Amino acid sequence: MNTRFSDGDTVRISHRDDERHHRVPAYVKGHHGTIVRVCAPQVQPEMSAYHKPGEPMRTVYRVRLDQNDLWSDYTGRKSDTVEIEIFEHWLESVNHAP
Amino acid sequence: MPHDHDDLTPPGVPHKHPFQEDHPEPQTYHQLLGVALHEVLIEKGVYTMDEMRARMERIEGVSSETHGARIVARAWLDDDFKAKLIDNAFAAIKLADMDPGYAEITVLENTPSTHNVVVCTLCSCYPRSLLGRPPAWYKSKSYRARVVREPREVLAEFGTPIPDNQDVTVHDSTAELRYIVLPMRPAGTEGWSEDQLATLVSRDSMIGVARASDPE
Repeated sequence: MNTRFSDGDTVRISHRDDERHHRVPAYVKGHHGTIVRVCAPQVQPEMSAYHKPGEPMRTVYRVRLDQNDLWSDYTGRKSDTVEIEIFEHWLESVNHAP
Repeated sequence: MPHDHDDLTPPGVPHKHPFQEDHPEPQTYHQLLGVALHEVLIEKGVYTMDEMRARMERIEGVSSETHGARIVARAWLDDDFKAKLIDNAFAAIKLADMDPGYAEITVLENTPSTHNVVVCTLCSCYPRSLLGRPPAWYKSKSYRARVVREPREVLAEFGTPIPDNQDVTVHDSTAELRYIVLPMRPAGTEGWSEDQLATLVSRDSMIGVARASDPE
């Protein structure tokens, strides 16, 4: 399967709502991160949660975000991070226009 | 693998969004008294978090016989196995004649420079095949909300203060991957067997809220 992003790419997590079940917590929406791992494609939860096939499958990525970017009042180290799994259809390219 | 939480929509409600009640926080007088007593006993050194953890794990039937503890002990003894585990945990665990349970099981190695801790902020995804049933606190709204926002404070409350020169990486398990933490091997365990080492690996140390226990 073709994957849109590779390790090291900077991405933005889409800042949009979806009233269906989706696997993107609000605290990461709109934030920038770095792809640290390309994982296997999975069925889309927006459909599979309702017993629909959820196809085509979408690639899942591990995205690393800076804690200090997520929380303006973060008190830990500058280099503390969150790593989270995000489906490709929730990621936007910031290197060039999508 | 499809997402594996059950359809939790209450009966009679149109199927719109999966629904799950959160575990309530302690609220009643006696619940709060229990929390306060626990904190005082820890503070006064009557018992430690490690002792309480061992007791709770015994009550809940979690033992060093869990696959997770064995995997960690083997990784401490065998560098080649450890390298395979970090590269492709599913394949490595299969080769060791154990059932990884999930295709994308991922092993996160703690090092002197980075401490890893796992949460599922959206629900309670957990590597049951390797660690058994998730503890109630793992599913609580408080843990899920706080550990991504103030991990150092939460870890300190678990009896695991993180030094200022060590990074904390929080792993939010939101889709199909499952994680176990590979804690650092405690000092003073040179020459120990896999069975002996596995006794030092608590469930909590593989979630990342504790370190492996020190030998007595």
